[in-house]
Amino acid sequence: MLRYIGRRVLILIPTLAAISIVTFVVIQLPPGDYLTTLTAQRASQGDGVPTGEIARLTERYGLDKPVIVQYWQWISAILFHGDFGESFDYARPVSALLAERLPLTIALSLVTLVFIWAVSFPIGVYSAIRQYSVGDYTFTFFGYLGLAVPNFLIALVLMWVGLQFFDLNAGGILSPEYRDAPWSLAKLGDLAAHLWIPIVIWGTAGTAGNIRVLRANLLDELRKPYVVAARARGMPERKMTIMYPVRVAMNPFFSTIGWVLPGLIAADAITSKVLNLQTTGPLMLRALLAQDMYLAGAILLISAVLVVLGTLVSDIALGWLDPRVRLRY
Amino acid sequence: MEEPLLRIEGLRTHFFTSEGVLKAVDGVDLSVPAGKTVCLVGESGCGKSVTARSILQLVDKPGRIVGGSIRWNGATELATLDPAGEELRRVRGGEIGMIFQEPMASLSPMYTVGAQLSQALRLHRDLTKQEAREEGVALLRKVGIPNAEQRYDTYPFQLSGGMCQRVMIAIALCCDPALLIADEPTTALDVTTQARILDLMMDLRAQNDMAILFITHDLGVVAEVADEVAVMYLGRIVEHGTVEQIFSDPRHPYTRALLRSIPELRGSGARRRLTAIRGMVPSLRQVPAGCSFHTRCDHAVEGLCEVTPPPLRKYGEAHVASCHLDEVPAAPAAPAAPVLQVTERVAAETAAEPLLRVEGLAKHYPIGGGLFRKPSGVVRAVDGVDLTILPGQTVGLVGESGCGKTTLGRCVARLADPTAGRILYRTEQGDEVDLATVTGARLKDFRRQIRVIFQDPFSSLNPRMTLQQIVGEPLRTHGIASGGELRDRVADMLTRVGLRPEYMQRYPHAFSGGQRQRVNIARALITGPRLVVADEPVSALDVSVRAQILNLLTDLQEELGLTYLFISHDLSVVEHISDRVTVMYLGKVVEDADTADLYRQPRHPYTEALMHAVPVPDPARRRERHAFEIADDLPDPAAPPPGCRFHTRCAHVRAELCRTDVPELREYGERRSAACHHAAGLTLAGVGSVAREPQVDGRMAGRDA
Amino acid sequence: MKDDTLAVASQWKLVWWGFKRHRVALVCGFVTVAIYLVAVFAPFLAPGSGQKTNADYTYAPPQALHFDWDTGLYVNPYTFKQDPETLALSFEADESKKAPVGFFVKGEPYDLLGFIPWDRHLFGPENPDGPPMYLLGTDSVGRDLLSRIIRGTTVSMSIGLVGVLLSLVLGVVLGGVSGYVGGRTDTLIQRVIEIIMSIPTIPLWMALFAAVPASWSQLERYFALTVVISLVGWTGMAREVRGKFFAVRGEEYVMAATADGAGRLRIMFRHMLPSFTSHIIANLSLSIPTVILAETALSFIGLGLQTPMISWGVLLQEAQNIRAVSTAPWMLIPGVAVVVTVLAMNFFGDGLRDAADPYKH
Repeated sequence: MLRYIGRRVLILIPTLAAISIVTFVVIQLPPGDYLTTLTAQRASQGDGVPTGEIARLTERYGLDKPVIVQYWQWISAILFHGDFGESFDYARPVSALLAERLPLTIALSLVTLVFIWAVSFPIGVYSAIRQYSVGDYTFTFFGYLGLAVPNFLIALVLMWVGLQFFDLNAGGILSPEYRDAPWSLAKLGDLAAHLWIPIVIWGTAGTAGNIRVLRANLLDELRKPYVVAARARGMPERKMTIMYPVRVAMNPFFSTIGWVLPGLIAADAITSKVLNLQTTGPLMLRALLAQDMYLAGAILLISAVLVVLGTLVSDIALGWLDPRVRLRY
Repeated sequence: MEEPLLRIEGLRTHFFTSEGVLKAVDGVDLSVPAGKTVCLVGESGCGKSVTARSILQLVDKPGRIVGGSIRWNGATELATLDPAGEELRRVRGGEIGMIFQEPMASLSPMYTVGAQLSQALRLHRDLTKQEAREEGVALLRKVGIPNAEQRYDTYPFQLSGGMCQRVMIAIALCCDPALLIADEPTTALDVTTQARILDLMMDLRAQNDMAILFITHDLGVVAEVADEVAVMYLGRIVEHGTVEQIFSDPRHPYTRALLRSIPELRGSGARRRLTAIRGMVPSLRQVPAGCSFHTRCDHAVEGLCEVTPPPLRKYGEAHVASCHLDEVPAAPAAPAAPVLQVTERVAAETAAEPLLRVEGLAKHYPIGGGLFRKPSGVVRAVDGVDLTILPGQTVGLVGESGCGKTTLGRCVARLADPTAGRILYRTEQGDEVDLATVTGARLKDFRRQIRVIFQDPFSSLNPRMTLQQIVGEPLRTHGIASGGELRDRVADMLTRVGLRPEYMQRYPHAFSGGQRQRVNIARALITGPRLVVADEPVSALDVSVRAQILNLLTDLQEELGLTYLFISHDLSVVEHISDRVTVMYLGKVVEDADTADLYRQPRHPYTEALMHAVPVPDPARRRERHAFEIADDLPDPAAPPPGCRFHTRCAHVRAELCRTDVPELREYGERRSAACHHAAGLTLAGVGSVAREPQVDGRMAGRDA
Repeated sequence: MKDDTLAVASQWKLVWWGFKRHRVALVCGFVTVAIYLVAVFAPFLAPGSGQKTNADYTYAPPQALHFDWDTGLYVNPYTFKQDPETLALSFEADESKKAPVGFFVKGEPYDLLGFIPWDRHLFGPENPDGPPMYLLGTDSVGRDLLSRIIRGTTVSMSIGLVGVLLSLVLGVVLGGVSGYVGGRTDTLIQRVIEIIMSIPTIPLWMALFAAVPASWSQLERYFALTVVISLVGWTGMAREVRGKFFAVRGEEYVMAATADGAGRLRIMFRHMLPSFTSHIIANLSLSIPTVILAETALSFIGLGLQTPMISWGVLLQEAQNIRAVSTAPWMLIPGVAVVVTVLAMNFFGDGLRDAADPYKH
């Protein structure tokens, strides 16, 4: 097992390096460098950038040096100082901006993960065991629907319904009256009342995908000879199903760890924006629109790194769960 | 007669598919007396497995038991029990144990064998975890698993197929069942492993006083284990009797035909034609009316057999068969079937120059490795092999799976690139060319002369091409023919292999396994090759079809003057078709001799073990081979044992020599060699030359020579 | 007789037979074809160009289509009502008047298929200068939503097709090389795919597309969008192709082709490729909806296409804030078009995928 983990970690290093390069390329993509963007922006506001500031930034990002050096200065600052650069849009360090928003983002992601698992597991198992039943068809249809409706559209519709029929402002994570209030039970209740909406919205697509995969896998497993063999030795059907085929079919569940977390950090920026959530997604969106590339790059980098780490976690979980994976490495 | 342990009456299990109802089991009567072994035999698709599964209600959807009764122990009616109910669960595993064809797949890969074993124990017996473990280890020991204590904690995929089957047996035995249902338990195993598993089952049966319902297609195995035999054809039992009755006095034409079509180890060395059953098992969608066998029966009586289903007729105590023949007053004159000649082949002219000489051939495969990683080892699939093939001869290449015989065949056909060694092929002009170094256009030219018949009749034909495209492909690639000429040639070739030329526009999915193998042969022969590498060409086929294909191969050899390299794991098939036999073990040749010499008296202990592991289809000669058993675990080919590679399993291993020194392949007598340190000193047992010719009673005489 | 037809049935026939049995997939297949037809003949099918603004009719609600025997199809024209306190304008149907709706009416001129100038529309108000017809209401500047949705079909559907075709080329070439050559080349390509896949798709799209200069023309942006989408999207296709290559490479018939003396290219194209073209097609039909969704999302937040080009995503831009949605809920209708299309194509693609290998058993 240790060897298996060790090898997985080793493979990570080149992957992470490649990802950082891709991110850096993305940062460099918009025409002009950081300074020209900054100067242009300040100029449009009517004030220039002091010469001392220009010199400081040139030095800081190595703007007068070859691209490779620029890359190195960028990545080494991140690696050794946790310094992701500065956002000119907000005129604050990127790391400070992230620190504000990451906790909520991660909390939301984890709750969503739990939601996806809790909903898709029983439904997936049910759909496979009762293949072609009314319930199976119903869930399958809703699964397709979940995959077909863009999340932001669900968000819009939910908000509209809330506003129209319940006079409820579903946006944000707190009602205005609690925004600055100290923590209390009522505030917590208000938080919960708001939070379920993004969780359900994010959960739909993931749940639908998970149900489909689990159902297909389980159907495959149920046809394997070991199922008949277990039945032939008198195992009760329910216990047999859970112990043998379900356990094998569960593998894809662990791969969801890999993408749920990072997905929400950046991927669902659009939904977050619609719902007016203070997560990293809208931050990235605004940064991209304003070509505030160090901020956007930082979020992109973090989410990619999280994918890689998430994949590592799910690989390890898989190794722990599945002896075939564990013992073959 | 007292009530048998299990009595099945009028069992009907049907499959309700979108293409209609398939009557897989359609009125089966069968009983298993306590303590007896009953064998259920028949070709694939005749409903044996479905019958076995119906007993414990294990038939998968869309199959369903639609009628009949299954009485267990004279009291319980199994057919109508609730499939999920407590009562049936108690019988499953508690009173009736079951083992399956694919032992590895029948165990869950997610749990250790011990976990699955102890779980089965605790399902039916009130044991603590610790007790279950002790009991489990004891059971593993009982089924002959060495180091049971450690093996208890291994996963199924870490064990060999034979070991997994032992575990399955242990699980089936955990509650001392009164009946063990064994569904083709040895079909997926090597012949040596099969022998050991059969012995184990027979020993356990005696110890536990247990009855066995043994499902198999192999009549050799039947002769080996059965007390009673039931022969199944298209969902019905056509004959039932004691093993002696079935083998010495078969009454149903199907039984007789089956018995005659098995190639048998004879030790005579002479090549002999097999008697095949014509046609193939019809699809369940079109079960013939009347006697379902009449379409393939040589004795079918017109106006009777295709109209009226035959009644069961008694031929003595416990011997019944359902055939009309005895109702017809006068026995018909000897049927039109031709008297077949025994083709005793004169051994090919020894003086002739060899067509192919393989020298020191090796093929190594790296294992592991990636972009930045070195391979972690190497499998020496073929490791220094010498082989000579004379023109017009058939050389048989035998060995267990994993011995490198297929790889060797592929190297000869240059479908794999050898790592080392020479493949000297004599061209028609008489000069020798080293095929191992030929490339490009010249290699392509040799691909016309050396052709391959593949093993898997399903995977070897591209399902998206018509027969004309498949068989005509070599003509096209070599620019031999196209258009109308290609069509004519393909039509001619199809006729030669016994297929109708009108089938040319059909796709492979329209054909059965045997027919597909004929297509395979047609494709190989259409370029007019000189050497044909036949890689297990009949191992995926049913007994009756196998005989047809073997005969076809023999006929074509005569007709076209072909030379065969015939690769097979089946020693009896090899004996029937080969002039010379080469035995391989873990990438090396261990023995090489003329067929008759080899079978009469092997020189290598491995050959002897292999030969005696083959079950003989003669109940009178059962259990002879107990003495020649070898351990059933083939060593890891990536790390073969030092010294003689066979020493870990050899019964004749002596002194240190075997463990340290690699034995050379040495000449022993004329035209034979063996790689054993003690070959000269050992007297090994061949197959008795008392070979029994199948007994044929009066009416059917003339069918056999 | 039936057996004989089966015996000579080619792969495509078998796939078709298998596909026909999925009734839902079959229906969805027809729906998909219908949507593509709408995309092709959009200018004719839409009552207007969808570009004509009308300051008198901002946020006009959908009209109901009526029928009676005298006039045939008609709509009730709008009347305005102003709230005396808030001065807000609201619309009501004037049931006393009828504005007849006809077929093949004259309307705004357009070029059918891009080169046939015409001015007939499938349906619309019979009197082009009379009261307007807004069956699905209007947007903030009084443009007809129905026309805009129909016109948007062209861009949304074509972007799906073009984007997927580009990733198909990349995916098949790289996946094929990876699968056929194997060894180090394979490992290298697989690593690259892994890296691309580990960067979350939508942010990467957004980041790449953010780099497109604002000065680019609509057409350039359109192509930039397809290129960006396919640059990221080819990986899935490449994996699929590689996987199939590996699976097929192990089949004995490929070895048999080598033994038949077939060259590398012939083996690849004659023997291997036909065995997974049906899978590739099924895969394609499943990726088109993904691209449609991607375009919708990107345009929605303003990183994709922009007006005056019309796509469903662009139309949904107007529904971005909840205030607009609550005043004019019909602005969400383009979303219905997206959902119906994606749903139909997913069902269709799934049915196709299930039928893609007729030799499974």
